[in-house]
Amino acid sequence: MSEQKQIVIYLMAGAETRTLAEAAVEGGADLIEVGFPFSDPLADGPVVRQAGERALAAGMTTDSCLRCVEDIRARIDVPLVPMTYAALLEAYGWERFEADVRAAGASSMIVADLPVDERPTLRRVQLVAPTSTDERIRLGAETTDGWLYLVTLTGTTGARSELSPAFAGLVQRVRALADVALYGGFGISTPEQAAAAAGIADGIVVGSRALQVAADGPGPLRDYVRSLREAIDRAT
Amino acid sequence: MTHSMTEFAGGNTYGEYGGRYVPETLIPALDELEAGWQAARVDADFWREFDELGRTYSGRPTPLTLAERFAPGRRIYLKREDLLHTGAHKLNNAVGQVLLARRLGKQRIVAETGAGQHGVAAATVCARFGIDCVVFMGEEDMRRQQPNVERMGLLGAEVRPVTIGKRTLKEATSEAIRDWITYVDSTYYLIGSAVGPAPYPEIVKGFQTVIGQEAREQILTAEGRLPDAVLACVGGGSNAIGMFAGFVEDADVALIGVEAAEAASTGSGRTAILHGSRSSVLADEWGQILDAHSISAGLDYPGVGPEHALLRDQSRAVYLPCTDEEALAAFRRLTATEGIIPALEPAHALARVGDIDGDLLLVCLSGRGDKDLAEALRALSGLDPTP
Repeated sequence: MSEQKQIVIYLMAGAETRTLAEAAVEGGADLIEVGFPFSDPLADGPVVRQAGERALAAGMTTDSCLRCVEDIRARIDVPLVPMTYAALLEAYGWERFEADVRAAGASSMIVADLPVDERPTLRRVQLVAPTSTDERIRLGAETTDGWLYLVTLTGTTGARSELSPAFAGLVQRVRALADVALYGGFGISTPEQAAAAAGIADGIVVGSRALQVAADGPGPLRDYVRSLREAIDRAT
Repeated sequence: MTHSMTEFAGGNTYGEYGGRYVPETLIPALDELEAGWQAARVDADFWREFDELGRTYSGRPTPLTLAERFAPGRRIYLKREDLLHTGAHKLNNAVGQVLLARRLGKQRIVAETGAGQHGVAAATVCARFGIDCVVFMGEEDMRRQQPNVERMGLLGAEVRPVTIGKRTLKEATSEAIRDWITYVDSTYYLIGSAVGPAPYPEIVKGFQTVIGQEAREQILTAEGRLPDAVLACVGGGSNAIGMFAGFVEDADVALIGVEAAEAASTGSGRTAILHGSRSSVLADEWGQILDAHSISAGLDYPGVGPEHALLRDQSRAVYLPCTDEEALAAFRRLTATEGIIPALEPAHALARVGDIDGDLLLVCLSGRGDKDLAEALRALSGLDPTP
């Protein structure tokens, strides 16, 4: 891959998200995931879950999340990808949700609890995991919207002390089955992990650690993303 | 008891309800579970072992009791799941699913519990088979159901307190599923009610159907006819779906589910997605799950099994609400008139008996009230003392 390795930063939708997204892009983020909070997020560990609880307590709804995407879109150029759960689409209307996120300026979306074979008409970034069969990996790769999200580990989102040993094997399996850009996420938090993951994949996704840093404001987030960028660029 | 091999057949969706809304990580495990279940479902040896354990370990069949003093002038029968080992119908499902877990070669069980009855049942069967057991339980429920926490510990299970959200069954279920995602290769998720992603609702119903099958035979023997109505409490809805399964084909038998008034997901919910399936859920217009409230920890859940939502839509079953106060009054009345202390959950079903037409009714007494004594006595002390 000759293209620059991609850095995806996850931010929870809210009043500060636009400013934070700008800072992340200044630090070197190539894509922003915008979390639309759900009350019972099964794929998320404590950091994202608590960020979602705070967003809901602050009154964020699907409508205000869409306005947040519009707001970010007006300020920065990188692709925006909402990440949420099927419950929000069920309530809002599946087709209407897809139309409205795209109208708000999103490039695609991620639905954390929608398996690759559900709702085939809904265009989205598909997720596959170390447990996925070859058949499901192939299906995910064929139907994904732009890039394939590799869940690096069996578990929920959140920082880990080591990059998952399952990740390299997953990348190898997917490369043998499909020709699509692969971004790894879940459990990536340090520059060293980011560099190691980007060394074998085409991009990385950082969520929980980004949210923790973002709690200290745009400056620290920009510096953190820059540390990821520099570590990745040094290594690749 | 013989099991017909065909009656559990059916898809994984119930009309528009059901499905598998879980992270992709879990899909292979659900596929494995589905394959294991489909093989077990038609395996006479599997059901022979299930029936044998039911008879020699759990205490099946459970009797029917005519509650003459509870309802003078009417014939109200209680299906005595409270007499089952561990004190509630939950054991039927725990026995069945642990047998399934063994078939799948899993050595670790994770479960959620609300009232503690499912946790105790899971811990019990795991002790019986020497399998590791981890039970997630909300801190609020641990407070309300302290005796069950102690029982689980004694049985060798690890009880993990859940401190998020309202600290009850909804959060405990989410945490159990998150644990399962993390240890999916080694772990079997033993869900306690007829909820969750497919094929769980069908599996749980499959193991609880024994309630309805027995009850149907027993009431025919006792009365020579079918009841006018069958009542059961509904939280996630497993005792109700098992009881209803025995009578759903009998069009003249009314099926009545009774929900806690502030946890009435079937009666006043909307279509939403919770814990892996689409069903009738207490949710807001954006799909966010709302908090349920009930004095009964086992009914304190904002969702319900997908088949109940379908039975409601088909008008085959009716779902009625019952307040905490009404349930407490029925709890006290059954105790005083029959010498049977019911769990607070089936006390909800007992509370609606007076509102249901018919001379001959059948109520699923899904569990006994020992676990509820402290909570019920405290609440009763604040109520009018007249039974």
